[in-house]
Amino acid sequence: MSASENIPLPAGLTAAARPSLAGWQRGLLVVAGAVVAIAPAFLLESFQLFQLTTAVIMGLAVLGLNMVTGYNGQISLGHGAFYALGAYSTAILMSHLDWSFWATLPVSAAVCGLVGYGIGFPALRLGGLYLALTTFSLAVAVPQILKYKAFEDWTGGVQGLFLVKPDAPAWLPGELTSDQWMYFVAVIVAAACFLLCWNLIRGRIGRALMATRDHPVAAEAMGMDIATLKTRAFAVSAMVTGIAGSLSAVAIEFVAPDSFSLMVSITLFVGMVVGGVASILGSLFGGLFVIFVPNIAEAISKAAPGVIYGIILIAFLFILPDGFAGLLRRIAGRLRRRG
Amino acid sequence: MDGFAHQIIAGIATGGIYASVALALVMIYQATHHVNFAQGEMATLSTFIAWAMVEAGIPYWLAFVATVLVSFIIGVLVERLLMRPVQNAPVLTHVGVFIGLLLIVGNMTGWIFGYTTKVFPSPFTSSGPLMGGLISAHELGSTAVTLVVLTLVFLFFRYTSLGLAMRAAAYNPRSARLVGIRVGWMLALGWGLAAAIGAVAGMMVAPVVFLDPTMMTGILLYAFAGALIGGIDNPLGAVIGGFAVGVLENLAGAYVVGTELKLTVALAIIIGVLVVRPSGLLGRVVASRV
Amino acid sequence: MLLEVKGMQAGYGQTHVLHGLDFVVEAGGVTALLGANGAGKTTTLRAICGMVRTEGDITFRGERITGRATEDIARRGLAHVPDGRGTFMELSVEENFRLGAYVRRDPEVRADFERMFEWFPRLKQRWRQQAGTLSGGEQQMLAIARALLLRPKLLLLDEPSFGLAPLIVQEIFGIMRRIREESGVGILLVEQNANLALELADRAYLLETGRIVVAGPAAEIREDEAIRRSYLGY
Repeated sequence: MSASENIPLPAGLTAAARPSLAGWQRGLLVVAGAVVAIAPAFLLESFQLFQLTTAVIMGLAVLGLNMVTGYNGQISLGHGAFYALGAYSTAILMSHLDWSFWATLPVSAAVCGLVGYGIGFPALRLGGLYLALTTFSLAVAVPQILKYKAFEDWTGGVQGLFLVKPDAPAWLPGELTSDQWMYFVAVIVAAACFLLCWNLIRGRIGRALMATRDHPVAAEAMGMDIATLKTRAFAVSAMVTGIAGSLSAVAIEFVAPDSFSLMVSITLFVGMVVGGVASILGSLFGGLFVIFVPNIAEAISKAAPGVIYGIILIAFLFILPDGFAGLLRRIAGRLRRRG
Repeated sequence: MDGFAHQIIAGIATGGIYASVALALVMIYQATHHVNFAQGEMATLSTFIAWAMVEAGIPYWLAFVATVLVSFIIGVLVERLLMRPVQNAPVLTHVGVFIGLLLIVGNMTGWIFGYTTKVFPSPFTSSGPLMGGLISAHELGSTAVTLVVLTLVFLFFRYTSLGLAMRAAAYNPRSARLVGIRVGWMLALGWGLAAAIGAVAGMMVAPVVFLDPTMMTGILLYAFAGALIGGIDNPLGAVIGGFAVGVLENLAGAYVVGTELKLTVALAIIIGVLVVRPSGLLGRVVASRV
Repeated sequence: MLLEVKGMQAGYGQTHVLHGLDFVVEAGGVTALLGANGAGKTTTLRAICGMVRTEGDITFRGERITGRATEDIARRGLAHVPDGRGTFMELSVEENFRLGAYVRRDPEVRADFERMFEWFPRLKQRWRQQAGTLSGGEQQMLAIARALLLRPKLLLLDEPSFGLAPLIVQEIFGIMRRIREESGVGILLVEQNANLALELADRAYLLETGRIVVAGPAAEIREDEAIRRSYLGY
């Protein structure tokens, strides 16, 4: 793997090599970020806060997809399956075995990571379009699998499972409502995952992932173990999206097969493209987009969100193929040149 | 035993539908090396157009022909307006455009025609049981229509010079240009034909599964499976594969897993074929000497 | 003048390969384009056919064709046997023939098929066979036949001897001599094998790193020892 140190940076990646910030600037950024993250909990109405919570969760799910599709170039149209797997892992443990939410998280992460790793193997042989096709089929089949009679005792069949949001721990100062606490839970878990992925991407592994995406033959010639890289990328990706699924289960307090239709996978895909393919921060934009835009569109018609999604998706691919994140990068670049 | 024979025959009838959609997929794959994820939604929209015409009192077969023509035009337009601008873009962009198309077409259909399930007429009726009750009039009729369509497509590609040019453009666009073939238009024509074939499949299956905006999703999965069994770049293989999965699905549904896991069966076939033999069971290996 | 090229520049992406070429090809007869690997011979042919980004003036039969689509240029009577031959490997010899004559609507296509059989009797034996299964020499013959079936005024040939055994090369050049006598098509021939090409050609151009360095009658160039030594290496 040491060979990967010498991989030339593909175009576009150089943006990561920004001039590094001084220590106090970095500290300021962290504080500002924390304020921006905490403030909504006390400023927003409970429904708006709930929406923001789901947006953060979707952002995390999009991040998972981005790890494998954006950074590693393996096109998945079925990440809704991992989202569902995470949600059901948490829901089953909480409602059947009375586990606490926090205890279900590592289990859900492990289950999704393992299944992702397992799916990574055939995915290796498929590659490219075949992978897209297979994962698309998986996404279509998910609700049917969840409804299957043999699993009904665990999954609750068509009825699904109900669960309860975790309460704010007693030692916290002030009286947090469960919505406020849920928001913090989502933010904390998401922040941890974003940090983890950011660390992975900006390091050796990230370069190796992108090298296998952009120059597979060269990467292999340099001695990279493409198979291991790809399956692990799939595992991490599935794990992150699965954790988002766990969060969504408790945030919504309900899981049912029909909430995990093909639309979930497509929504994640749209979020990734609109937010920015192969962009960590872009994933968060994607989450905000997929939650708030349909709400506006739904005022027009039940079908409108889908149509508008489709139009926006194609418009982005035509005009802004690197998404919001790319747009921001370009604006920032222009400002810097001017300044 | 009669039950078994009936399952086989019913399987062939639905297999014809899968075969048509699989052929449509393969045609676009051959020409562009992309899989049209919106094929099902496009076919559903076509079927709704036919339904609207029949509701408006237009005779069935007239509506049928008009729908095929309209679908052809829609297919051509989609290629010209959506696919052409990104023809040199990476795979991810193409997949994205297909997904966008799926969203737009699928939801437009729901927007215009509503989400309630509709009864779609069958042009084939009979007063008595056919072949001792082994087959319904619609199954017989739709199989016949499918076979006619498939034969026409085969004759078109095999014997007409336009069909030959389309194949040439699909196999080797650079060389096709050198003999004067307008490759861009051949792609558009391929899209038109695929959309028209999909429309026929939609109209033939709608009386069986009833018409609603998501009617074709499951069928698309089986068409994928059929196309992969046949080898994704082999039209004849796709047709055979389509019939095969139709029979397989019916038998599995009747004797093994029940109807609840139909989509999962398709998924299993897809993964199975891709893992065991990615070039398809009938996948063609082009002989070549250097 | 059949083809007139003035100040032609062409390249791939950011790289320029041709730096302002001027040359002409006369109707009938063979014009050879010679040069070492990487001199820009193949790119010259591609540029004429609009297969690469091209600037300058290319006039074919009195009409400017720079920047036109490849298929439109072909339809104007310019056939090209590219490197790699441009044969449709998946299709039969018959279908390759039909494609060669694809844009023609005249009734003489059938007669031209017969003419090709006369020049390339081997192809008649392979009529129903998939082109990919032919030998290298037969594939080259098929490629030339396919191009001639367009009834072109000008035929561009990119290294017809490439990768073929010497005996087969002799056979193909023999056939080309016949074609030159019997068909009246103008040929622009790109060759590595300068000796062979100069024997066949009437005129020749010598290309070096994207520029024409020598132009003149083929016979003179063949006799000129200095040119032979410094550019052709034999």
